[in-house]
Amino acid sequence: MIEVKKLTHVYSEGLPHQQVAVEDISFTIETGEFVGIIGHTGSGKSTLLQHLNGLLKPKSGSIVIDGLDITNSKTAMIDVRKKVGLVFQYPEYQLFEETVAKDVAFGPQNLGLPQEEIDERVRSSIMAVGLNYDSIKNISPFELSGGQKRRVAIAGVIAMNPDILILDEPTAGLNPKAHEDILNLIRGIYKKGGKTVILVSHNMNDIARICDSVLVMDKGRLAMKGTPKQVFSRGEELKDMGLALPEATEITSRLRAAGMEINKICLTIEEAAAAIAEAKKMTT
Amino acid sequence: MIRDITLGQYYPGNSWIHKLDPRIKIIATLLYIVALFVVREFTGFIVAFVALEAVIIISGVPRKFIWKGLKPVILIIAFTLIINIFMIKGEVLWQLGFLQITREGLRTAAFMGIRLVLLIIGSSLLTLTTRPIGLTDGIEALLSPFRKIGLPAHELAMMMTIALRFIPTLLEETDKIIKAQQARGADFESGNIIRRAKALVPILVPLFISAFRIAQDLAMAMEARCYGGNVKRTRMNEIKMGSRDLAASLLFAAFLAMIILQRVLL
Ligand SMILES: Nc1ncnc2c1ncn2[C@@H]1O[C@H](COP(=O)(O)OP(=O)(O)OP(=O)(O)O)[C@@H](O)[C@H]1O
Ligand SMILES: [Mg+2]
Repeated sequence: MIEVKKLTHVYSEGLPHQQVAVEDISFTIETGEFVGIIGHTGSGKSTLLQHLNGLLKPKSGSIVIDGLDITNSKTAMIDVRKKVGLVFQYPEYQLFEETVAKDVAFGPQNLGLPQEEIDERVRSSIMAVGLNYDSIKNISPFELSGGQKRRVAIAGVIAMNPDILILDEPTAGLNPKAHEDILNLIRGIYKKGGKTVILVSHNMNDIARICDSVLVMDKGRLAMKGTPKQVFSRGEELKDMGLALPEATEITSRLRAAGMEINKICLTIEEAAAAIAEAKKMTT
Repeated sequence: MIRDITLGQYYPGNSWIHKLDPRIKIIATLLYIVALFVVREFTGFIVAFVALEAVIIISGVPRKFIWKGLKPVILIIAFTLIINIFMIKGEVLWQLGFLQITREGLRTAAFMGIRLVLLIIGSSLLTLTTRPIGLTDGIEALLSPFRKIGLPAHELAMMMTIALRFIPTLLEETDKIIKAQQARGADFESGNIIRRAKALVPILVPLFISAFRIAQDLAMAMEARCYGGNVKRTRMNEIKMGSRDLAASLLFAAFLAMIILQRVLL
């Protein structure tokens, strides 16, 4: 369980360009939940994530993960990194080793695992991201395509086998096919069980169809928390924050405004299609 | 945080000092540095200190900001001081084995320390109060007379502009890469020198790749907009001298006169 209490972070405090990036945020996330975080650009999502594995220290407030107070300066950071895996925005820019296998092994090596265990984890995590281990292990990561690099970078974090997997816009800048692949891969890892997943995305369709609950950030504050249905039923407020609705929700709410009998909030295209079909049946 | 490094940073403001012609500020800074080495007595340093104080007060740059610029070089200053204290021969005040402190050593060290601090603050004031663009325009203008003997003034200024422009970008990039590798459990703080040097590889490789990527993108963008270095270019904001610049030059000349006078008289 992740408990965040009254978290505040200020960048460049005391300098003329100081910036309150996160302000007075409190929430809890249960073990095994799939949580989405949405918010306009600059709303503090990445800043919040970097607190969750101790990369940033808050100005005030606390974060307790499964009883481990990670904001306490006495907590060993390696324990936090073992527990919480964070995949950065554009993670392919962190690749540095000569071969894919060596790069993926970097994390497990830092955890001080025995060599056989490292090899095993490298193999299984490269396969978990849908790449062929034997054909790719000795290739330089810089020779891969953008989507493949992204997968290798994600494998590098999965290989550390964290209980909590955090991904900051893992599909940004990918083509539709690669986007869908990465998303399916994340769902696959989650479905295997045991992991809490936190996903930041600007794609409302993705958030609506795969998350158990959604956090909405607005100008450094937590504006809403709830199930996708609860959050996306507040379309007007979301639009005021510069956020869009999932396409299915948007279409059905416009049809409702135009007089069609659709009473529930639809999150996916399938739900919307069923609701529209039903409404048409009722009128004829 | 790595992004808070103030070296070579601009502090936005609207003061008299900010508005001065960058050419005057550059020349004055150079002459100020020369003056610091001309000075041989404490009275001279007092004059130099008062002048610097006046500029700081007028510029409105907070002292905290100026001290921060000094922090990265404190080690170098301390090292210089220690070398000077122990290395200079003269009237011995204190001795332990081969280590000895002399009156001359103390004096030279004190001078050196004051000189370095004034020098660093003085030159950081130039960048703190001048926009990078103003700075490079100024340098280009000052170098252009040497174009006749083949000095590529415009290209040099352009290179400086680009370098200055990309310092924050590269710092940001470094910050991101460090954090990404820390998230993978990298440890940059413990271990012996060899371990620590090795720990830099995961930062340096991605950083170089980023730098090349940025350079390539920039070159492409410049070419797409038909940038050609050595053609005759005009600019949107010509730098012009005004009465303010004249007054500043006179004041600075008075300062130089005082420095020279005290050197000659004392
Ligand atoms: N290292 C930093 N130093 C100073 N300010 C920063 C830094 N990182 C972020 N900020 C500022 O903090 C605020 C929140 O940034 P953050 O990156 O957390 O937003 P975000 O929600 O992740 O945005 P995006 O959707 O664009 O990724 C922004 O105003 C940003 O300018
Ligand atoms: Mg972000």
